[in-house]
Amino acid sequence: MAFACFSRTLSSSTFASQVAPLLQGGAAPTPASVAPSAPTPKPVAPVVVAPPAPAPAKAEASALTALALLQREGRLIDFLQEDVAAFSDAEIGAAARVVHAGSRKVLAQYVTLEPVLKEPDGATVTVRAGFDAQRIRLTGNIAGQPPFRGTLKHHGWFATETRFPVVSETLDPRVLAPAEIEL
Amino acid sequence: MARYSIGIDLGTTNSAVSYFDLSGTEARGREQTMLPIPQVTALGTVEEKLLLPSFLYLPNRDEFPPGSVGLPSDPKRSEFVVGEFARKHGSKVPTRLVSSAKSWLCHPGVDRQSPILPWQAPPDVQRVSPLAASAHYLRHLREAWDARYPNEPFAEQEIVLTVPASFDASARELTLTAAQQAGLPNVTLLEEPQAAFYAWTEQMGERFRKQVQPGDVVLVIDVGGGTSDFSLIAVTENNGEVQLTRVAVGDHILLGGDNMDLALAHTVNQKLTAAGKKIDAWQFNALTFACRSAKEQMYADASLAQVSLAIPGRGSSLIGGTISATLTRDELTRVLTDGFFPPTAVTELPQVSRRTGLAQMALPYAQDAGVTRHLAAFLTRQAHALAAAHDAPVKVEGRAFVHPTAVLFNGGVFRAAPLKNRVLEVINRWLAADGGKPVKDLEGAELDLAVARGAAYYGWARHGHGLRIRGGTARAYYVGVEAAMLAVPGMEPPIKALCVAPFGMEEGTQADVPPQEFGLVVGEPTRFRFFSSSVRRDDVVGDMIDDPTSGDEFEEVAPIETTLPAKGGHEAGSLVPVNLQAAVTEIGTLELRCLERTGADQWKLELNVRMKE
Repeated sequence: MAFACFSRTLSSSTFASQVAPLLQGGAAPTPASVAPSAPTPKPVAPVVVAPPAPAPAKAEASALTALALLQREGRLIDFLQEDVAAFSDAEIGAAARVVHAGSRKVLAQYVTLEPVLKEPDGATVTVRAGFDAQRIRLTGNIAGQPPFRGTLKHHGWFATETRFPVVSETLDPRVLAPAEIEL
Repeated sequence: MARYSIGIDLGTTNSAVSYFDLSGTEARGREQTMLPIPQVTALGTVEEKLLLPSFLYLPNRDEFPPGSVGLPSDPKRSEFVVGEFARKHGSKVPTRLVSSAKSWLCHPGVDRQSPILPWQAPPDVQRVSPLAASAHYLRHLREAWDARYPNEPFAEQEIVLTVPASFDASARELTLTAAQQAGLPNVTLLEEPQAAFYAWTEQMGERFRKQVQPGDVVLVIDVGGGTSDFSLIAVTENNGEVQLTRVAVGDHILLGGDNMDLALAHTVNQKLTAAGKKIDAWQFNALTFACRSAKEQMYADASLAQVSLAIPGRGSSLIGGTISATLTRDELTRVLTDGFFPPTAVTELPQVSRRTGLAQMALPYAQDAGVTRHLAAFLTRQAHALAAAHDAPVKVEGRAFVHPTAVLFNGGVFRAAPLKNRVLEVINRWLAADGGKPVKDLEGAELDLAVARGAAYYGWARHGHGLRIRGGTARAYYVGVEAAMLAVPGMEPPIKALCVAPFGMEEGTQADVPPQEFGLVVGEPTRFRFFSSSVRRDDVVGDMIDDPTSGDEFEEVAPIETTLPAKGGHEAGSLVPVNLQAAVTEIGTLELRCLERTGADQWKLELNVRMKE
């Protein structure tokens, strides 16, 4: 469409005069209202048209879809939106079971997770020179050059495979959960 | 020749498709291929799964955004949804959900071709018949295959479609009609317990001959989500060759895993009510799912004494609305293990109380939940039938029930090892008390997929590889004949049953009923009552049996209606003398024909599936 407008603007003054107001943010005048021979065109009251909110970029859409999935299967958003200060550990624990059961199912179905390091927590590990600084984070007394010896505090998580379902683009990913009305 | 042998398990709760490349000469072995089936799992989301839940949801016009329940092959579809989303969403809107269409397909008390499902739906719902619903599922499977293998159309492959062994001739006929409506004109029917057995022989390979030998009697126990089905397969020898014969089948019992989850949910709900906590229908549904996974956990891990259940509320306040409950091992044992598989004696049969007064018209769910009692009834009844038969393939003299020597379990219920062990325990106790030896457990695998796999394997086996199970019809069929008598006002003339197809009639054979004084009036509808028996093994074609409606040897199947069209030489209103002929087709259905006695015309009798009065 961009190229079509470009070439028509160059070749047709009628078209150019139609396009000009758009650049100023007003409503596009209909062809009938443009009188090429009118010396002073009547001022057209700008019609305010609320532009549609821009759809989220593709990357955000997939993040929103993941949230929607966790809400649908695990009620994660309901859980996180609630104020836990008012409840006992037992009550929170009971709800946590619901979230755990559902969210776990989502992970199991759509992601294959593996620890970054296979050793158990607390084991002594050696970090060699040339280590992947994204997969391995050093803490404590960092001095000198690798190889380093230290204790494994957290084995990390790596997504070896993802199988998230593709959601149709006709749906608005911002609807994380529809309102439910019982008839 | 078709490239693939395809096995379709059209289940009550889940359907599946397995396929076998016929161009290879080797068996599939370990690699038994299943078709991934794309289906709507959430709005705007289509995923492939190996199982297609047999659920059909009929949305309201405004319920879903346009195009959000379509498939890649049909993006704008909006009048119906099949599969996972239908099942999930339908649990919240049950009046628009068609489920258990298969059980309705064999229910003789309703008109199975008229749009009656969802049962008791509101008037704005565009209802469908059990036949149409089954056709929907088959069509969905066909479209899934055609999208994946466009050069090998589904309709051109060799298709084997499974049916419960207890399905009678009219239910089989309807299954076939559903297949035709789904665009599958060439389909062979196979009994599900047989399919499970074929899956086991395929899995075993040649080792199966060490597991079962001539003299063995295999009892197949198939308990799925909604039904229980029993079959007996005898292993015999004929001229040095091992032969497998399906000897007997049981009744179609509407009792399965879903009943068990419900029973647990009710038990927990009673505790909640006693504690003053009330849950609504949606929460009860959530409780049923929670009980199912608690059951699986406790059966898998014997060290768990109880499992905590959390029943979420529906509102956004999850922590505030969640109700806690527990399911203890005691309750699990009492309600499930003992409730559904009670360690009874073989003489204890299912309790059937007479239904008095008004009863809601619905599926004929089993009144007695004890699967072991139903099993006892099956084995005892068949022993009597075999004792009365003159060439029984299984010895039963001096025994109270048929002694199985091996058991093959099938169905998701038996993923729980303690339930399997309980059934084996009970059977072995019966055997010990009756002078028999303990049974062997034939370890089957993949209990959800065995039927589809076995059906595909059977399609390959009947080309001459591997062993086929013989058996013919699982029932004998009879036509009702009114005794010629002086009319007595107010009294119906007594009816006799004329055998038209004997027990075990082989596929591809036909039988002429000896001439009776039958005549059909051209242009007017004629009705025959139609009966079947799964225990009378010795009746031959032409035998007349008195009083089939008393006792429990006969079941009345849907009546046969026919209208002879006025054609070539037969004027409307004229009486044409006819003989009856029965044929069992290669695909496993029964056909009844009227042959003109003096002439060459013949008319096929439709196994009418309209409501019996």
